[in-house]
Amino acid sequence: MYSQDMVDSINRLEETRKKRIKQDFTLLTSEEKYNLLNQFHPDYKKGTLRELRIGPNKGERVINEIANLFEAYSQIDPNNFDFSEIDHEVDVLVIGGGGAGASAALISQENGANVLLATKLRFGDSNTIMAQGGIQAADKQNDSPPRHYLDVIGGGGFENTPELVNVLVRDAPDAIAWLEDLGVMFDKEIDGTMITIHGGGTSRKRMHSARDYSGGEIMKTLKDEVKNRNIEVIEYSPAIELITDAGICTGAILYNLETDEYIIVRSKTTILATGGAGRLHVQDFPTSNHYGATADGLVIAYRAGNPVIFMDNIQYHPTGAAFPEQIVGLLVTEKCRGLGAQLVNNDGDRFIYELETRDAESAAIIRECVERNKGIETPTGMSGVWLDTPMIDIIHGKGTIQKKLPAMYRQYKRFDIDMSKEPLLVYPTQHFQNGGIIVNEKTETKIINLYGAGEVEGGVHGRNRLMGNSLLECIVFGRRAGKNAALKAKKTNYGKLTLQHVKRYHMELKQANISKDCKSPMLLPDYRRKETISRMIDI
Amino acid sequence: MVEAKKLIPIYITGKKYLVPNGLTIMKAMEYAGYRYIRGCGCRGGFCGGCGTVYRFKGDYKLQSGLACQTKVVENMYLVQIPFFPANKADYNLDELKPTGGTLLKLYPELARCVSCNTCTKVCPQDIEVMDYMQAALKGDIKSAADISFDCIMCGLCAARCPAEIVQYNIALLCRRLYGKYMTPKAEHVRTRAAEISEGKFDKELSNLMKSDVHLLRKLYNKRDIEPEESKR
Ligand SMILES: Cc1cc2nc3c(=O)[nH]c(=O)nc-3n(C[C@H](O)[C@H](O)[C@H](O)COP(=O)(O)OP(=O)(O)OC[C@H]3O[C@@H](n4cnc5c(N)ncnc54)[C@H](O)[C@@H]3O)c2cc1C
Ligand code: FES
Repeated sequence: MYSQDMVDSINRLEETRKKRIKQDFTLLTSEEKYNLLNQFHPDYKKGTLRELRIGPNKGERVINEIANLFEAYSQIDPNNFDFSEIDHEVDVLVIGGGGAGASAALISQENGANVLLATKLRFGDSNTIMAQGGIQAADKQNDSPPRHYLDVIGGGGFENTPELVNVLVRDAPDAIAWLEDLGVMFDKEIDGTMITIHGGGTSRKRMHSARDYSGGEIMKTLKDEVKNRNIEVIEYSPAIELITDAGICTGAILYNLETDEYIIVRSKTTILATGGAGRLHVQDFPTSNHYGATADGLVIAYRAGNPVIFMDNIQYHPTGAAFPEQIVGLLVTEKCRGLGAQLVNNDGDRFIYELETRDAESAAIIRECVERNKGIETPTGMSGVWLDTPMIDIIHGKGTIQKKLPAMYRQYKRFDIDMSKEPLLVYPTQHFQNGGIIVNEKTETKIINLYGAGEVEGGVHGRNRLMGNSLLECIVFGRRAGKNAALKAKKTNYGKLTLQHVKRYHMELKQANISKDCKSPMLLPDYRRKETISRMIDI
Repeated sequence: MVEAKKLIPIYITGKKYLVPNGLTIMKAMEYAGYRYIRGCGCRGGFCGGCGTVYRFKGDYKLQSGLACQTKVVENMYLVQIPFFPANKADYNLDELKPTGGTLLKLYPELARCVSCNTCTKVCPQDIEVMDYMQAALKGDIKSAADISFDCIMCGLCAARCPAEIVQYNIALLCRRLYGKYMTPKAEHVRTRAAEISEGKFDKELSNLMKSDVHLLRKLYNKRDIEPEESKR
């Protein structure tokens, strides 16, 4: 149900379609891209970063919203905590029930460990389950892991951690084979060949998909398998602090969201797989992320002394929904552009090649709306540009959208928009945490017996991730973490349970004059109205 | 510019609240002052955590939807069903055969389906649930997998099923059987994995890892891009 202004704009778009289908568009040169980012990408805006006053990255600049969580006190009082009753003793504790956590749990158990998986919401409520587009792996004849490497590192601004990229591209085909063996229904040709397409920044078509429920299909399968193997899972119990003993991680404190009790888990090794940070709403951007993406893992690892990397930037997905209001921020998958949908402004003109990296696409859309004033305004005052989705059916034949993008199609149909006939209005949305905690190629953190896997860890993608490499990351590094943590657990005894690191951190906070009112991790965002919150009474 | 929204009454577990027209049920609950712990996972129609049933004043018809994807309507009486106690069989996929017999053995209640079509009517994903249950009953795993593909396992079908079948768990089993056994394996994936472990790309990769930014940038800018139209 588009407004009249929007309908007029769509008419202009339809008039130029014939011309645009044949139009060639060149890639930006490195310099053009640099200038575009510098002027229009939100990360480059003044005042979005600040210097950390405490912790392992003290003196470095990170995003304000992250600094707020790092410069904050624990939710528990370390001087007054009772460790006398331990609730669970396990070889491997996995924190986080997304793709990375589930993969880690499965492989840990396969390697002989007794595993406990604790997660914040339901098992599987995660960013993984929302991924539509697909997962990369260089497994075709015309492709190779070194090629994949080059794409990853070029996309990331050449700052990626080489050892991690190496692991990502090397383990990729095996990760796909593993998923296929678990029964993930990938899109395939009749002879079994994987159907693969391009994604932004790929030089070969290496995006594997399961219709447009790629992450959902993977997550449902992994979850089913974890259940089949009787791995113990505790839901609605996020980790709120790690437990340490002199630089060694010896467990974690969980918090039962429903009963407000804490739960003590003692573990030989621990895997952090808590995912991303979209729900921090950096610079008030909408987000595509699940409800629990609040950077908890970063916070508790940082407090225990593990540094972070690349937390001075965030990935905005260029095409978040800008209309209708009910779904603002949700993702319009990149696959649409991969299949030929073009980005078009209010005059009906293209303004960027559609398969640039995400940072460049986002910056170009913001430039179009903010500087050039060629965005299309919605009735609620938001601005966006068109994603000309009907082109997909024009190029690939009628019915392609319904067949290849059923989730997208349904999402819009619910709000009376038929994306095979009408374009979609889009604007960048906060999407992916490019950076994260530092780990090595074995997924070890700087804290002994603590591992990190998935979106929580940083370095793989440099400053900009390419679509399809993060589902890959969570499977590849999740499996690695599972194996390494299980093997390490065999050689490890239970450690002492202390909160020394929290005490130390609190001292630092005090010395930096940071207010005691600041607490973290955040656990869940609060979307109640100010009016409600101001009237609340504590009984 | 921003339109003032009309407030409408809705009834959350029977209690009246005034909320702006046009919000989703999820946002309306938050507007009313609820803070979610359960019943809200992805907020985007993918996790199936927010199944909701509702009915309008004076209407016998029970309706359902996802709280994050359904708009509130005046005089809606609603309740969320954040959890449904569902039966799930334990199995080792490696030991199963992709046959109707397997389905019936693991889920004998499948045979109790009375084709009432309630499951289809209740599905927020508009999946022909009854059709895939009938396919499963006939041992047509391929169709069951195909038709059920978009299932997000919200549990609404199972909650309404008079035969106490848990449709979505059977569907998941069908998809896993189909994915594992009924399509040819992607050989090229395994070939490449073997090449990697044999060291075929070691040298090239370690050279790349050692290269400085200038060289990498040159290689990157020079790399050819597979044209959009190419078949594979
Ligand atoms: C809408 C969307 C679309 C995407 N599309 C693609 C795509 O097409 N291709 C691609 O490669 N990538 C895509 N991504 C990115 C990709 O899905 C994620 O980066 C990846 O799945 C992350 O996996 P993960 O296991 O690390 O984190 P998640 O899947 O987010 O899992 C983290 C889990 O930890 C839980 N958790 C959080 N805090 C705590 C705590 N304190 N204690 C315990 N548990 C906690 C969370 O609730 C969650 O269950 C997409 C992401 C989104 C949001
Ligand atoms: S919250 Fe995930 S489907 Fe509604």
